[in-house]
Amino acid sequence: MTPDLDMSQDLLEQVNQALAMDTPLRIQGGNSKAMLGCPVTGEILDTRGHRGIVSYDPSELVLTARAGTPLREIETALREAGQMLPCEPPHLGPDATLGGMVAAGLSGPRRPWAGAVRDYVLGTRVITGHGKLLRFGGEVMKNVAGYDISRLMAGSFGCLGLLTEVSLKVLPRPRHCLSLRLEMNVRQALGELAEWGRQPLPISAACHDGQALHLRLEGNEGSVLSTSRQLGGQSLESGFWEDLREQRLAFFDDPAPLWRLSVPTTTGPLELPGRQLIDWGGAQRWLKSSATAEQIRTQLAQVGGHATAYAPGDDSTAPLPGALMRYHRSLKQQLDPQGIFNPGRLYPDL
Amino acid sequence: MSILYDERLDGPLPAVDKPALLTALHDALPDLEILHRTEDLKPYECDGLSAYRTVPLLVVLPERLEQVQTLLRLCHQRGVPVVARGAGTGLSGGTLPLAQGILLVMARFNRILEVNPQGRYARVQPGVRNLAISQAAAPHGLYYAPDPSSQIACSIGGNVAENAGGVHCLKYGLTVHNLLKVDILTIEGEHLTLGSDALDSPGFDLLALFTGSEGMLGIVIEVTVKLLPKPQVARLLLASFDSVEQAGGAVADIIGAGIIPGGLEMMDNLAIRAAEDFIHAGYPVDAAAILLCELDGVEADVQVDCERVAAVLRQAGARDVRLACDEAERTRFWAGRKNAFPAVGRISPDYYCMDGTIPRRELPRVLRGIAELSRAYGLRVANVFHAGDGNMHPLILFDANLSGELERAEAIGGKILELCVAVGGSITGEHGVGREKINQMCAQFNDDEITLFHAVKAAFDPQGLLNPGKNIPTLHRCAEFGALHVHHGQLPFPDLERF
Repeated sequence: MTPDLDMSQDLLEQVNQALAMDTPLRIQGGNSKAMLGCPVTGEILDTRGHRGIVSYDPSELVLTARAGTPLREIETALREAGQMLPCEPPHLGPDATLGGMVAAGLSGPRRPWAGAVRDYVLGTRVITGHGKLLRFGGEVMKNVAGYDISRLMAGSFGCLGLLTEVSLKVLPRPRHCLSLRLEMNVRQALGELAEWGRQPLPISAACHDGQALHLRLEGNEGSVLSTSRQLGGQSLESGFWEDLREQRLAFFDDPAPLWRLSVPTTTGPLELPGRQLIDWGGAQRWLKSSATAEQIRTQLAQVGGHATAYAPGDDSTAPLPGALMRYHRSLKQQLDPQGIFNPGRLYPDL
Repeated sequence: MSILYDERLDGPLPAVDKPALLTALHDALPDLEILHRTEDLKPYECDGLSAYRTVPLLVVLPERLEQVQTLLRLCHQRGVPVVARGAGTGLSGGTLPLAQGILLVMARFNRILEVNPQGRYARVQPGVRNLAISQAAAPHGLYYAPDPSSQIACSIGGNVAENAGGVHCLKYGLTVHNLLKVDILTIEGEHLTLGSDALDSPGFDLLALFTGSEGMLGIVIEVTVKLLPKPQVARLLLASFDSVEQAGGAVADIIGAGIIPGGLEMMDNLAIRAAEDFIHAGYPVDAAAILLCELDGVEADVQVDCERVAAVLRQAGARDVRLACDEAERTRFWAGRKNAFPAVGRISPDYYCMDGTIPRRELPRVLRGIAELSRAYGLRVANVFHAGDGNMHPLILFDANLSGELERAEAIGGKILELCVAVGGSITGEHGVGREKINQMCAQFNDDEITLFHAVKAAFDPQGLLNPGKNIPTLHRCAEFGALHVHHGQLPFPDLERF
């Protein structure tokens, strides 16, 4: 096992050198999310040496670790204390790191009920485009001092600065977990989910694969068992959810390009060429399709959603309206004036 | 150091020609209601932090979004500062007006535009009151979770600007966790939609950045909030302790047992006695501390959790654990806590409410530090604590009519916040920085961090016209503050010679 090491001064030096030489940097941890965004041309800045859990006190519900810490190491530490990352982040590779998890901001099947990665980010240490190692937020649940730079970092794909350390809120694992498979068509499943969403049911994941609705119930024994009796269906192996999260279900084997569609919960079945898998109780749809980006995005715009390609390319992230793009550029210009952090990763001109 | 805007420390403000501005506003917006006479402006001179007052240059009360847009464009063009305000219930002076600025009152935008039970969201205008959203959602069995204690009066636009909290944050989160989408106007009058009707949106998470930005980056014109199904039942346990250390330990034990209560509140002896005198809630007045622990959810789960928590509390040394026997008793137990501020107001002519957060394990040390400060400054301090999420509300008792007491209250308040920072906490958990904690920002952040905050501001409002002087101090102010105060990293001790 690689030893825990604080390499923040080396990282800072590398950034300062890049600033001095005006060389763009391509920030890389486990390289498990390379299929997202546009490929970056730049010198690789490897975060994996800067690793280790800095502090973890289960009764405070806070874990702080260096950005290069492997995600599985963090999950193991949490599991041993009976806790978890509620946002269930996808690894998408054996070497996923904490920094990559936060920078990509991807959340797993529990997302609609428990919240996203950014909802659990309490604080960060960041090396900025001015060559400073700064600290924002902290290790407390409530903190409204200054702008929320830490949450802004989540999902920013390293374009606004280099994350070196993150503090996360964590939660106890639920006492009971039970998964169900209910035979019904997509339309019926979306209708039922809308109805159940209005009741205090312990649903923590909901996926429709074209044949059946798959549900996960989590909570205390009483509510999980009574809900399972109420809903009926067959029991389902709990490994299904990890396979879904890690894109290991048979659905993902299809050679056609993969798209992630994020849509309002109330969206009905989407008519698009190719095959679909419904996740997040309807709010996230996986699409395997050879349709063009324009074709997919036109349809998504009509329902108020957006589409992300899971293949590197200039238009893999959905475009922004002009005014919003202008403020994105302005923010990038302010925080990374020399444009050294992952230039072009999110949008070609950022 | 006064917290009123000081051009020497906070930067020069543009000189505004009031008659010329009035004429321009009348010309551009003939149907906009504008207040400009001193007697009409006076009621707007402060928000919930009423110790500090500044009469604004003008007050405008728009009713249509186009008016707000035109107004902002005009202010941008003429370089006029704009302070936005909703219901004005904020406790940190976040909407304290400027003598050279327009106060933009958004209270008339008070329509609930849509309640969607299928999608579990509500789309509302910024002037809608927090509680009105839950009331509108109630027929569908839904509610809006964040519940700041001012929820009867405070408006959602202000909740977004301050990232408001409440007593249920540990389980249900802050405002930032309960928003889908916020529509804003920038100082240039540009309309931006942050977030979306889906659970995420492409690009940077500007919704997170904007939430809690205190009116510095844009004006909220519409908010889409998430609604949650109402929990079936809620049960409340009241535990009494002979020491605050034991009560603090009990909180850690409950969470260590894997239980996340809907609410978990602590009060110390002075707060208990004040509340009991006022509300007759049935609190044990001789206890050093009480814990209120509310468990909510589905009947069967809550039953089990209540038994589990009661056992944990006894194990942690509680001398008495009571389960509210019915809804009336539950409401009464909560009433004591929810009226703790006015209750303290009855035993002291004035009180000053602080809002620091700390890692929970530091509670005994911080309470000891507060007791020492209280003795040194000769002012009583009652402690009310959102124990679950580490958010303290020390209430400093003073009498503003006695010469020097307000200044002493401010000074001890500042010291308490610096103590929170020293143990790894924050100067504000939910009330915001506003003007109130502008100096303490210099204790929590170094000059480089403050500089980065200014860079964020510059990305949205390079001229600094939106709410100048709030939230982020100038480096100049921090230099002056640093010269006056012991710096962070060590426990602050009062410098009594100054009083």
